[in-house]
Amino acid sequence: MKEVLKDLDKAFENRIRLGIMSALIVNDCIDFNGLKTLLGVTDGNLASHLKSLEKSDYIDYKKEFLGRKPNTVYAATKKGTEAFKKHINAIEQLLK
Amino acid sequence: MEEKYIKDLEEIKDIMNRSTRFISLSGLSGVSTGIIALIGAFAAYHTVFKKQGYLVYDAVNIDAVNVKHLLLIAVGTLVASIVTAIFFTSIKTKMQKQTVWDVQTKRLLLHLLIPLVTGGVLCLMLLMKGFVGITLPLMLIFYGLALVNGSKYTLDEIRTLGLIEIILGLVAFQFIDYGLHLWALGFGVVQIAYGIIIQLKYKL
Repeated sequence: MKEVLKDLDKAFENRIRLGIMSALIVNDCIDFNGLKTLLGVTDGNLASHLKSLEKSDYIDYKKEFLGRKPNTVYAATKKGTEAFKKHINAIEQLLK
Repeated sequence: MEEKYIKDLEEIKDIMNRSTRFISLSGLSGVSTGIIALIGAFAAYHTVFKKQGYLVYDAVNIDAVNVKHLLLIAVGTLVASIVTAIFFTSIKTKMQKQTVWDVQTKRLLLHLLIPLVTGGVLCLMLLMKGFVGITLPLMLIFYGLALVNGSKYTLDEIRTLGLIEIILGLVAFQFIDYGLHLWALGFGVVQIAYGIIIQLKYKL
Protein backbone atom coordinates (compact mmCIF):
# COMPACT_ATOMS: atom_id res chain seq x y z
CA MET A 1 0.00 0.00 0.00
CA LYS A 2 2.74 2.45 0.98
CA GLU A 3 4.65 1.64 -2.20
CA VAL A 4 1.63 2.44 -4.35
CA LEU A 5 0.96 5.73 -2.63
CA LYS A 6 4.48 6.84 -3.43
CA ASP A 7 3.74 6.47 -7.14
CA LEU A 8 0.71 8.74 -7.00
CA ASP A 9 1.75 12.05 -8.46
CA LYS A 10 1.05 15.19 -6.44
CA ALA A 11 0.82 17.15 -9.67
CA PHE A 12 -2.30 15.19 -10.64
CA GLU A 13 -4.09 15.48 -7.32
CA ASN A 14 -5.96 18.44 -8.74
CA ARG A 15 -8.89 17.70 -11.07
CA ILE A 16 -8.08 20.43 -13.54
CA ARG A 17 -4.43 19.44 -13.86
CA LEU A 18 -5.54 15.84 -14.28
CA GLY A 19 -7.98 16.99 -16.96
CA ILE A 20 -5.33 18.98 -18.83
CA MET A 21 -2.99 16.00 -18.81
CA SER A 22 -5.72 13.53 -19.93
CA ALA A 23 -6.56 15.71 -22.90
CA LEU A 24 -2.93 16.24 -23.90
CA ILE A 25 -2.16 12.51 -23.71
CA VAL A 26 -4.68 11.65 -26.43
CA ASN A 27 -4.15 14.76 -28.58
CA ASP A 28 -0.91 15.90 -30.18
CA CYS A 29 -1.57 19.42 -29.04
CA ILE A 30 -4.43 21.65 -27.93
CA ASP A 31 -4.55 25.43 -27.76
CA PHE A 32 -5.49 27.48 -24.72
CA ASN A 33 -9.07 28.10 -25.78
CA GLY A 34 -9.56 24.47 -26.68
CA LEU A 35 -8.54 23.45 -23.16
CA LYS A 36 -10.71 26.15 -21.69
CA THR A 37 -13.92 24.97 -23.39
CA LEU A 38 -13.04 21.33 -22.81
CA LEU A 39 -12.57 21.73 -19.08
CA GLY A 40 -15.00 24.56 -18.52
CA VAL A 41 -12.67 26.71 -16.42
CA THR A 42 -11.80 30.39 -16.31
CA ASP A 43 -8.74 31.89 -18.02
CA GLY A 44 -6.92 32.61 -14.80
CA ASN A 45 -7.60 29.25 -13.26
CA LEU A 46 -6.44 27.38 -16.35
CA ALA A 47 -3.34 29.55 -16.73
CA SER A 48 -2.17 28.89 -13.19
CA HIS A 49 -2.57 25.12 -13.53
CA LEU A 50 -0.81 25.16 -16.89
CA LYS A 51 2.03 27.09 -15.31
CA SER A 52 2.46 24.54 -12.56
CA LEU A 53 2.50 21.66 -15.05
CA GLU A 54 5.07 23.58 -17.09
CA LYS A 55 7.20 23.94 -14.00
CA SER A 56 7.28 20.18 -13.49
CA ASP A 57 8.25 19.82 -17.18
CA TYR A 58 5.13 17.76 -17.82
CA ILE A 59 3.87 19.99 -20.60
CA ASP A 60 5.42 22.18 -23.21
CA TYR A 61 4.02 25.16 -25.06
CA LYS A 62 4.56 26.91 -28.32
CA LYS A 63 3.40 30.37 -29.27
CA GLU A 64 1.90 30.72 -32.69
CA PHE A 65 0.13 33.42 -34.61
CA LEU A 66 -3.32 32.92 -36.08
CA GLY A 67 -3.35 35.85 -38.42
CA ARG A 68 -2.53 38.59 -35.95
CA LYS A 69 -3.79 36.90 -32.82
CA PRO A 70 -1.26 35.13 -30.66
CA ASN A 71 -2.21 31.55 -29.91
CA THR A 72 -0.53 29.29 -27.37
CA VAL A 73 -0.50 25.58 -28.13
CA TYR A 74 0.19 23.02 -25.41
CA ALA A 75 1.53 19.48 -25.67
CA ALA A 76 2.55 16.79 -23.19
CA THR A 77 6.27 16.14 -22.81
CA LYS A 78 7.78 12.67 -22.65
CA LYS A 79 8.33 13.14 -18.95
CA GLY A 80 4.70 14.18 -18.50
CA THR A 81 3.38 11.19 -20.44
CA GLU A 82 5.43 8.80 -18.33
CA ALA A 83 4.38 10.46 -15.09
CA PHE A 84 0.74 10.24 -16.16
CA LYS A 85 1.02 6.54 -16.98
CA LYS A 86 2.69 5.90 -13.64
CA HIS A 87 -0.06 7.79 -11.87
CA ILE A 88 -2.81 5.79 -13.62
CA ASN A 89 -1.04 2.52 -12.82
CA ALA A 90 -0.82 3.54 -9.19
CA ILE A 91 -4.57 4.28 -9.12
CA GLU A 92 -5.26 0.90 -10.69
CA GLN A 93 -3.13 -0.84 -8.09
CA LEU A 94 -4.90 1.04 -5.37
CA LEU A 95 -8.34 0.05 -6.59
CA LYS A 96 -7.49 -3.63 -6.99
CA MET B 1 -10.27 7.95 -0.79
CA GLU B 2 -10.96 5.13 -3.23
CA GLU B 3 -14.04 6.97 -4.37
CA LYS B 4 -11.99 9.98 -5.29
CA TYR B 5 -9.79 7.89 -7.57
CA ILE B 6 -12.74 6.12 -9.16
CA LYS B 7 -14.13 9.56 -9.93
CA ASP B 8 -10.73 10.63 -11.26
CA LEU B 9 -10.68 7.71 -13.67
CA GLU B 10 -14.19 8.51 -14.87
CA GLU B 11 -13.17 12.11 -15.42
CA ILE B 12 -10.08 11.06 -17.36
CA LYS B 13 -12.13 8.79 -19.60
CA ASP B 14 -14.72 11.50 -20.19
CA ILE B 15 -12.15 14.13 -21.10
CA MET B 16 -10.23 11.76 -23.37
CA ASN B 17 -13.47 10.93 -25.16
CA ARG B 18 -14.68 14.50 -25.43
CA SER B 19 -11.34 15.79 -26.63
CA THR B 20 -10.93 13.22 -29.41
CA ARG B 21 -14.43 12.38 -30.55
CA PHE B 22 -17.35 14.31 -31.91
CA ILE B 23 -20.08 13.19 -29.51
CA SER B 24 -22.80 15.64 -30.42
CA LEU B 25 -24.08 13.54 -33.28
CA SER B 26 -27.81 13.98 -33.24
CA GLY B 27 -30.07 11.00 -33.83
CA LEU B 28 -32.72 13.39 -35.14
CA SER B 29 -30.46 14.44 -38.00
CA GLY B 30 -30.26 10.77 -39.00
CA VAL B 31 -34.04 10.50 -38.95
CA SER B 32 -34.54 13.73 -40.91
CA THR B 33 -31.97 12.87 -43.61
CA GLY B 34 -33.52 9.43 -43.87
CA ILE B 35 -36.97 10.85 -44.48
CA ILE B 36 -35.61 13.30 -47.05
CA ALA B 37 -33.80 10.42 -48.80
CA LEU B 38 -37.06 8.47 -49.00
CA ILE B 39 -38.84 11.47 -50.51
CA GLY B 40 -35.98 11.89 -52.99
CA ALA B 41 -36.06 8.21 -53.94
CA PHE B 42 -39.84 8.36 -54.37
CA ALA B 43 -39.55 11.40 -56.63
CA ALA B 44 -36.77 9.77 -58.65
CA TYR B 45 -38.76 6.57 -59.00
CA HIS B 46 -41.72 8.45 -60.41
CA THR B 47 -39.56 10.44 -62.79
CA VAL B 48 -38.08 7.31 -64.28
CA PHE B 49 -41.03 4.94 -64.20
CA LYS B 50 -44.15 7.02 -64.42
CA LYS B 51 -44.78 6.76 -68.15
CA GLN B 52 -44.43 3.03 -68.29
CA GLY B 53 -46.84 0.15 -68.05
CA TYR B 54 -46.46 -2.75 -65.70
CA LEU B 55 -45.28 -5.06 -68.45
CA VAL B 56 -42.22 -3.08 -69.43
CA TYR B 57 -40.93 -2.66 -65.91
CA ASP B 58 -37.22 -2.87 -66.55
CA ALA B 59 -37.23 -0.84 -69.72
CA VAL B 60 -36.05 2.23 -67.91
CA ASN B 61 -36.15 5.20 -70.18
CA ILE B 62 -33.78 7.95 -69.21
CA ASP B 63 -33.78 10.81 -71.66
CA ALA B 64 -32.19 14.23 -71.37
CA VAL B 65 -35.21 15.76 -69.63
CA ASN B 66 -35.38 12.92 -67.12
CA VAL B 67 -31.68 13.20 -66.34
CA LYS B 68 -32.16 16.87 -65.69
CA HIS B 69 -35.02 16.10 -63.32
CA LEU B 70 -33.02 13.38 -61.59
CA LEU B 71 -30.08 15.71 -61.11
CA LEU B 72 -32.40 18.34 -59.64
CA ILE B 73 -33.88 15.76 -57.26
CA ALA B 74 -30.41 14.56 -56.28
CA VAL B 75 -29.13 18.07 -55.58
CA GLY B 76 -32.32 18.97 -53.71
CA THR B 77 -32.07 15.83 -51.56
CA LEU B 78 -28.41 16.48 -50.82
CA VAL B 79 -28.88 20.14 -49.88
CA ALA B 80 -31.97 19.45 -47.73
CA SER B 81 -30.14 16.61 -45.92
CA ILE B 82 -27.09 18.73 -45.16
CA VAL B 83 -29.19 21.65 -43.93
CA THR B 84 -31.33 19.55 -41.55
CA ALA B 85 -28.30 17.56 -40.31
CA ILE B 86 -26.46 20.78 -39.46
CA PHE B 87 -29.60 22.18 -37.82
CA PHE B 88 -30.20 19.24 -35.46
CA THR B 89 -26.50 18.83 -34.70
CA SER B 90 -26.05 22.46 -33.72
CA ILE B 91 -29.06 22.21 -31.40
CA LYS B 92 -27.49 19.21 -29.72
CA THR B 93 -24.07 20.83 -29.36
CA LYS B 94 -25.77 23.78 -27.70
CA MET B 95 -27.49 21.41 -25.27
CA GLN B 96 -24.16 19.78 -24.47
CA LYS B 97 -22.47 23.17 -24.17
CA GLN B 98 -19.92 22.33 -26.81
CA THR B 99 -18.88 24.42 -29.77
CA VAL B 100 -19.96 23.10 -33.16
CA TRP B 101 -16.88 24.10 -35.09
CA ASP B 102 -14.04 22.70 -33.00
CA VAL B 103 -11.11 20.40 -33.64
CA GLN B 104 -13.19 17.25 -33.21
CA THR B 105 -15.76 18.41 -35.78
CA LYS B 106 -13.07 19.29 -38.29
CA ARG B 107 -11.32 15.98 -37.78
CA LEU B 108 -14.56 14.03 -38.25
CA LEU B 109 -15.55 16.03 -41.34
CA LEU B 110 -12.15 15.59 -42.95
CA HIS B 111 -12.23 11.83 -42.52
CA LEU B 112 -15.82 11.64 -43.76
CA LEU B 113 -15.25 13.89 -46.74
CA ILE B 114 -12.24 12.13 -48.29
CA PRO B 115 -14.13 8.96 -49.33
CA LEU B 116 -17.39 10.88 -49.78
CA VAL B 117 -16.00 13.44 -52.24
CA THR B 118 -14.08 10.72 -54.10
CA GLY B 119 -17.33 8.77 -54.50
CA GLY B 120 -19.28 11.87 -55.46
CA VAL B 121 -16.82 12.88 -58.18
CA LEU B 122 -16.67 9.32 -59.48
CA CYS B 123 -20.48 9.12 -59.64
CA LEU B 124 -20.66 12.42 -61.51
CA MET B 125 -18.07 11.19 -64.02
CA LEU B 126 -20.01 7.96 -64.58
CA LEU B 127 -23.23 9.94 -64.92
CA MET B 128 -21.64 12.09 -67.64
CA LYS B 129 -20.71 8.93 -69.52
CA GLY B 130 -24.26 7.65 -69.23
CA PHE B 131 -23.83 4.96 -66.58
CA VAL B 132 -26.81 6.02 -64.50
CA GLY B 133 -27.60 2.67 -62.90
CA ILE B 134 -24.33 1.95 -61.15
CA THR B 135 -24.13 5.35 -59.48
CA LEU B 136 -26.74 4.26 -56.90
CA PRO B 137 -24.82 1.25 -55.51
CA LEU B 138 -21.61 3.28 -55.69
CA MET B 139 -23.18 6.04 -53.57
CA LEU B 140 -24.08 3.46 -50.92
CA ILE B 141 -20.59 1.93 -50.96
CA PHE B 142 -18.73 5.22 -50.73
CA TYR B 143 -21.10 6.54 -48.06
CA GLY B 144 -20.47 3.37 -46.07
CA LEU B 145 -16.70 3.70 -46.48
CA ALA B 146 -16.89 7.32 -45.38
CA LEU B 147 -18.82 6.35 -42.24
CA VAL B 148 -16.39 3.56 -41.36
CA ASN B 149 -13.48 5.94 -41.89
CA GLY B 150 -15.05 8.67 -39.76
CA SER B 151 -16.33 6.36 -37.01
CA LYS B 152 -13.01 6.51 -35.15
CA TYR B 153 -13.74 10.14 -34.40
CA THR B 154 -17.34 9.85 -33.29
CA LEU B 155 -19.86 7.42 -31.78
CA ASP B 156 -19.01 3.72 -32.20
CA GLU B 157 -22.40 2.92 -33.73
CA ILE B 158 -21.42 4.77 -36.90
CA ARG B 159 -19.00 1.99 -37.80
CA THR B 160 -21.71 -0.69 -38.02
CA LEU B 161 -23.96 1.74 -39.86
CA GLY B 162 -21.15 2.17 -42.41
CA LEU B 163 -20.68 -1.58 -42.78
CA ILE B 164 -24.41 -2.06 -43.39
CA GLU B 165 -24.33 0.63 -46.12
CA ILE B 166 -21.34 -1.05 -47.79
CA ILE B 167 -23.09 -4.44 -47.81
CA LEU B 168 -26.28 -2.88 -49.20
CA GLY B 169 -24.17 -1.21 -51.90
CA LEU B 170 -22.61 -4.51 -52.92
CA VAL B 171 -26.01 -6.21 -52.98
CA ALA B 172 -27.33 -3.33 -55.08
CA PHE B 173 -24.48 -3.88 -57.54
CA GLN B 174 -25.47 -7.52 -57.93
CA PHE B 175 -29.21 -6.84 -58.22
CA ILE B 176 -28.87 -3.62 -60.16
CA ASP B 177 -32.59 -3.51 -61.16
CA TYR B 178 -33.38 -2.89 -57.51
CA GLY B 179 -30.71 -0.21 -57.16
CA LEU B 180 -33.16 2.52 -56.27
CA HIS B 181 -35.02 0.32 -53.78
CA LEU B 182 -31.80 -0.62 -52.01
CA TRP B 183 -30.66 3.00 -52.14
CA ALA B 184 -33.91 3.99 -50.41
CA LEU B 185 -33.40 1.19 -47.90
CA GLY B 186 -29.82 2.29 -47.10
CA PHE B 187 -30.17 6.06 -47.10
CA GLY B 188 -33.77 6.07 -45.91
CA VAL B 189 -34.89 3.17 -43.73
CA VAL B 190 -31.53 2.14 -42.22
CA GLN B 191 -30.57 5.75 -41.60
CA ILE B 192 -33.88 6.43 -39.80
CA ALA B 193 -33.51 3.27 -37.70
CA TYR B 194 -29.98 4.29 -36.68
CA GLY B 195 -31.12 7.81 -35.93
CA ILE B 196 -33.74 6.46 -33.55
CA ILE B 197 -31.26 4.09 -31.88
CA ILE B 198 -28.72 6.89 -31.35
CA GLN B 199 -31.39 9.29 -30.16
CA LEU B 200 -32.65 6.81 -27.54
CA LYS B 201 -29.20 5.73 -26.42
CA TYR B 202 -27.58 9.13 -26.06
CA LYS B 203 -30.53 11.13 -24.88
CA LEU B 204 -29.38 13.64 -22.32
